[in-house]
Amino acid sequence: MLELIVISTLNGVLFGMLLFLMASGLTVIFSMLGVLNFAHASFYMLGAFFGFQISRWFGFWPALLIAPLLAGAIGAGVERFGLRRVHKNGHVAELLFTFGLAFVIEEVAQIIWGKSPVDFRIPPLLDFPAFTIFSTNYPAYKMFMLLVSIAIFAGLLVVLKKTRIGLIVQAALTHPHMVGHLGHNVGRIFMLVFGVGTALAAVAGVIAGPALVTQSNMAGLLGPILFVVVVVGGLGSLPGAFVASLLIGLVQTFAVSINGSLSGAFGPLSPDYASTWLADIWGVTVAQIAPIVPYLLLVLILIFRPMGLLGTRDT
Amino acid sequence: MSELTSTVAPPLPAASEKLKFYGLWVAAAIALLLLPDIFSSGGSLTTFSLIGISIIFSLSYNILLGQTGMLSFGHAVYYGLGGFLVIHAINIIGANKLPIPLPLVPLIGGLTGLSFAILLGWVSTQRSGTAFAMISLGVAELIASSALILRTFFGGEAGVSANRTKLLKLFGWNFGPQIQIYYLVAAWTLIAVIAMYALTRTPLGRMCNAVRDNPERVQFVGYNPHVVRYLAFCFSGFFAGIAGALAAINFEIANSAYLGAQQSGTVLFATYIGGIGFFIGPIVGAIFVTFLSLGLSDLTQVWQLYFGLIFIAVVLYAPGGITGLLMMHRPLLKAGTLPKVLPSYLVALVPTAAMIIGLVLALETIVHYTVNPGDDSHIKAFGVGFDAASPYIWAMSVILLFGGFWVARKTWTWVGYAWDSASSAARERGIAT
Repeated sequence: MLELIVISTLNGVLFGMLLFLMASGLTVIFSMLGVLNFAHASFYMLGAFFGFQISRWFGFWPALLIAPLLAGAIGAGVERFGLRRVHKNGHVAELLFTFGLAFVIEEVAQIIWGKSPVDFRIPPLLDFPAFTIFSTNYPAYKMFMLLVSIAIFAGLLVVLKKTRIGLIVQAALTHPHMVGHLGHNVGRIFMLVFGVGTALAAVAGVIAGPALVTQSNMAGLLGPILFVVVVVGGLGSLPGAFVASLLIGLVQTFAVSINGSLSGAFGPLSPDYASTWLADIWGVTVAQIAPIVPYLLLVLILIFRPMGLLGTRDT
Repeated sequence: MSELTSTVAPPLPAASEKLKFYGLWVAAAIALLLLPDIFSSGGSLTTFSLIGISIIFSLSYNILLGQTGMLSFGHAVYYGLGGFLVIHAINIIGANKLPIPLPLVPLIGGLTGLSFAILLGWVSTQRSGTAFAMISLGVAELIASSALILRTFFGGEAGVSANRTKLLKLFGWNFGPQIQIYYLVAAWTLIAVIAMYALTRTPLGRMCNAVRDNPERVQFVGYNPHVVRYLAFCFSGFFAGIAGALAAINFEIANSAYLGAQQSGTVLFATYIGGIGFFIGPIVGAIFVTFLSLGLSDLTQVWQLYFGLIFIAVVLYAPGGITGLLMMHRPLLKAGTLPKVLPSYLVALVPTAAMIIGLVLALETIVHYTVNPGDDSHIKAFGVGFDAASPYIWAMSVILLFGGFWVARKTWTWVGYAWDSASSAARERGIAT
């Protein structure tokens, strides 16, 4: 039992940090541009595929650097030549544009890399067990993932809190128009923020690629969970996104490892309806419903706290 | 007071306008009735049935997006649940020999959609805009994932099937042949379209538009925007349920794909490409997208990519959709200044077409090398064969793509000038543009 708790906590924090790598970029982009980038998870996928391709040609370490830069450049281009054009048509048009983009990126990834998973391996340097707890080997690569995401998180915090650019970004989070009035090139800041945000998602993609499955549907699988994170945390709130990322990471990881079901807990009662029309609900294990737990959480949050956990803005 | 209202109230429509209005619906009904006589093959009947279903679904979606300004990424939930309930209803009715004929069954689907919209709508519509879009996505994922868990009701991956011919016969129709299904779908399409059009004319329909344009002002007037959005959501769920029911009857099966993100995306594409600003927009979009998805899949391997590119092009360059583009020309046509624009269109068309051909050539060549690298390099796309391995083709596609883009940019600026002069000429003749 203790073993399960320790391992699940580690995995949950890891998944949560990965989610936050993406959710942070998404939140900053949303706060500044007012558009929720539907294609954000697609940049995560692009990061994973670029990482796979570059690590094949040059090795994993160059890929860790080049793939996010490439994806970030594509992101900046999308902002400059796509989003800025549709901006005048309102937020719905912007959201629809990113929706179409997500669709096209998935199709393109399918054309280039096929529908089945690609063979993205953990670099040999990190392919060893980091430590053993309760007879379970914990892979070093996962510790590496955790370290990278914590390092980026710390770096992001320093940039946001201590530098001039961070100051402008922070100001633009709450008062975008005022920042423009003060003479900053808001267009360029937007492009930069979009590029950095998508690059962060791509970093998550490169480091998650070897550990999870790199496949053309990975954006479609992760995207909705990402949006749950930002809605649960409160749209436009960075601390909220952090709390929600960890919460959802932990909840989902724990749910996967719990094998109990209603029939297990109340088995001896075994009412008649349990074997007929309620058989599905009666027999399903917590692990089986793990994929829908984030969405259940979303509905609960919406009922009891529509702003999200730490949200203040009602958009 | 009575004097004031009598001067403010709009004049009653003249008899000729009324005739035109009702004549349009009668003409539509006659057209639906005669369509199978003109195109009588089984394939075209299936296509027409699919288009009818798609029209109801798209129009129901436009109650949300076009009329109330709510962008939903999970509209297929109500469509799919309607379909599933109807399949189960057909099975139950058939097994117990209940006196319910098939034409009434879509109503069950509609009521299912309505009940789930009542259940899920109150939470979903608390907020509009981006938050609503994300919530609709979350709810859709919740339902779609649950469908795979609750196997008894949803039938797992395989789905649930039914036999539509086992129901009570009406006028000797057992609804086995496709022609009878076509008439069923056509009748329901007409009813649903009329009902949804009528809905836009009611005070509720007008309040929906007000909530879309300025929710704050609606609050000042004394309405609760949340309630208005909720009501629109419920109506939309009802009609989506009817569409799902008809689809289930048409295919005699319901599976989890009915509820999925793909289905929600398709209805969004159809509605937006058709144009959300006009009532007829989603109808145009449904017809266009159904033909496109049936036709393109025969012509090219990567039709979904083209589909996505068309959608992005519409969002970028024609936010009003197909109908919006056509309707733009109406004032010019009225003023008679349209001929001023047409030559510039023809000039702009050539480089644009060249650019598109270059893009298609490049895409198909890339697809040849990535998807099926082992095949013969003489490939065929859109019915035209070419050699994907030839450097001439590569050079041609690059020249067409970039050259076409460069020239097209210049010509479209010219179209803009021609448009400005034509519309200012129209304004001089007293027609607002």
